[in-house]
Amino acid sequence: MTAQQTKNTSAVKPKANGPSSKLPDDTLKKWLHDMQLIREFESRTMQAYQQAKIGGFCHIYSGQEACAVGTLACVEHDDPVVLAYRDHGHALARGMHPNACMAEMFGKVLGCAKGKGGSMHMFDKPNHLFGGHGIVGAQTPLGSGLAFAARYEWEVLGTGKKKVALCYLGDGAIDQGAFHEALNLAALYSLPVIYIIENNGYSMGTSIERHTANPHNLVSRALGYDMKSLEVDGLSILNLYDHFKPLADECREMQRPAFVDLKTYRYQGHSMSDPQKYRTKDEVEGFKEQDSIAHLANHLMNERSCLSEDEWKAMQDEIKKVVRDAVKFAEKAPDPDPSELYTDVYANPEPNLSPTAEYRHGARNPLLD
Amino acid sequence: MSTLELPPTIDTKIHPAVGAWELPEFVSEDQLPSREGDRIIQFREALREAMSEEMRRDKRVFLIGEEVAEYNGAYKISQGMLDEFGPKRIIDSPISENGFAGTCIGAAMAGLRPIVEFMSWSFSLVAADPILNNAPKMLYMSGGQWGCPIVFRGNDGAGGQLGSTHSWCVEGLYANVPGMKMVIPSNPYDAKGLLKTAIRDPDPTFFLESERMLGDKAHVPEEEYYIPFGRARKVREGDACTLVSFGRPVNFCIEAAEALAADGIEVDLLDMRTIRPLDIDSIVESLKRTNRAVVVDQSWPFAGISSEVITQITEHAFDWLDAPPVRVNTRDVPTPYAKPLEYDYLPNPERIAEAVRRVIA
Repeated sequence: MTAQQTKNTSAVKPKANGPSSKLPDDTLKKWLHDMQLIREFESRTMQAYQQAKIGGFCHIYSGQEACAVGTLACVEHDDPVVLAYRDHGHALARGMHPNACMAEMFGKVLGCAKGKGGSMHMFDKPNHLFGGHGIVGAQTPLGSGLAFAARYEWEVLGTGKKKVALCYLGDGAIDQGAFHEALNLAALYSLPVIYIIENNGYSMGTSIERHTANPHNLVSRALGYDMKSLEVDGLSILNLYDHFKPLADECREMQRPAFVDLKTYRYQGHSMSDPQKYRTKDEVEGFKEQDSIAHLANHLMNERSCLSEDEWKAMQDEIKKVVRDAVKFAEKAPDPDPSELYTDVYANPEPNLSPTAEYRHGARNPLLD
Repeated sequence: MSTLELPPTIDTKIHPAVGAWELPEFVSEDQLPSREGDRIIQFREALREAMSEEMRRDKRVFLIGEEVAEYNGAYKISQGMLDEFGPKRIIDSPISENGFAGTCIGAAMAGLRPIVEFMSWSFSLVAADPILNNAPKMLYMSGGQWGCPIVFRGNDGAGGQLGSTHSWCVEGLYANVPGMKMVIPSNPYDAKGLLKTAIRDPDPTFFLESERMLGDKAHVPEEEYYIPFGRARKVREGDACTLVSFGRPVNFCIEAAEALAADGIEVDLLDMRTIRPLDIDSIVESLKRTNRAVVVDQSWPFAGISSEVITQITEHAFDWLDAPPVRVNTRDVPTPYAKPLEYDYLPNPERIAEAVRRVIA
């Protein structure tokens, strides 16, 4: 085990008879399904990227699946969620159709952002997903804002219910000023938002020891803002659920923020163009030995005894087909019409907003139908 | 999600991303309530009335900014609003522009209608990422799923000897970004009608005020009115030269025009009122009579607002020009502190009158 590995797995362990032990088998099987779907989807994404069918920056989520699936399992479907740019996994876990996700990366008009966003901008309004965001840390004030709106709807407008917002970020984002301003405001205004640091140990190619002060005590940031915090092993989804679920419930009930240092690991480089000179193959292999999907499958087959080898194999085959179909869909889907260039710029397009063209409305987003 | 058919085209005036939306009914300039009368109030009161009226109309509207609540506004614009609307809707923020601007963008996406007060637009530079990289692009990068109905407002331009860092005219820098609208009133009457429209508009709107005008007084009618974006107001009629301006310098143009009139030179003075949209049609219409243009704006000259206006003039009315258009800007240096230097730095009436004489010579 490398030093990094030891640190990332030394966090809190699953609770005996924790909340996850009371969940029905089907719920846990759904988690396994969603995690495997992400894994498979990302393999195909890498393939398509290497074939130059996907362009731009593309950040692969493989290895971190338990983080998205486990935390999203702890909240309601209409609790708002905002993401950083490593966002395909969360989008799928939130319920985005793999076709819309893949078509977006292929730059097609049937993608979730009509081909205007790309890999880093997975938005899904029906699934209350307020986007992946490309600037490191930029989504942290947005997370505070989603919580502000939820609280305002409940408290001032009297139209909403108590919600909790989830704002995901990588460990690199904790060095940004926006992050600290967002935390201060969330604590000051008592906003129901949970900042989830998916701490994979690297800010792009810079290890956590090299990018932030006090690198193995990230919760110290939360303490500075008098905010409830949690450090948890994010490789085991059961462990994650057991610790995260009570926290999410409390943030919703008490309408206040929290901070979670979720220890995880990404198997691929920062983005598709990363030669990964900053870490050893042994380190990556070490983490693959504690793979979160294998861990859950093993639990379901050998501890809960609710899943047979054959069922697991069938699930993987079905997922392979779904993802293959998503690639086919993305390949066949039409490109955006050139007239889409000047649409979705203004909600109320007026004359003379631009010297070169008039803005107008175009195709309705396919997710909104 | 498996059909390969193209989605249908949006057939509503307002994009569905911002939900059900009603724009105010706009009337033409001559049908607006009279500008003459004895209900004389200050510019800051006109802004306050606009915000208060819209907050009474729509509970989703709230005001946030530094010192807006308990201090009653750093410049007393929001005086008394805390008493009426309470601390949940008139919200003091810490000095944390990046944080509260970004927070309000998230809130606007989620369905609220924030008014974000920057004590000075100079301070908005530390919030450049949320206000330029998020708000104006959200509708586009979400493929038409989320808009950002938000108003950013505050003091723009030189105050009084505030020096380089506190005297920003952000219009030259910010108007470059598509997806936003930009409003720059020159008087209390327009300020109220335009701010009400800005709050009702579903797009992110940058509303530029001036500390030096907050005490300006004028008649503002009791009855409700909205001023549409993209329609310039003819301040003075004349045929010697088209004088185009924005915000505070419009008042310098009025002074210059009076001085020129004393010498028999009558200018056609247009108060543009909004930068984006830009009412180029009114400028061209005027140019067809005057054949000469002077453009006055308070940002720097290089790639600024006047450069854009003059480019559009040459694109739309080149054949109508009898002389090269002239621009009057702040001098192309950081804002100086010393009073006489600052006066010369700004587009003042003397410099404007001189430019008009030059273009008609």
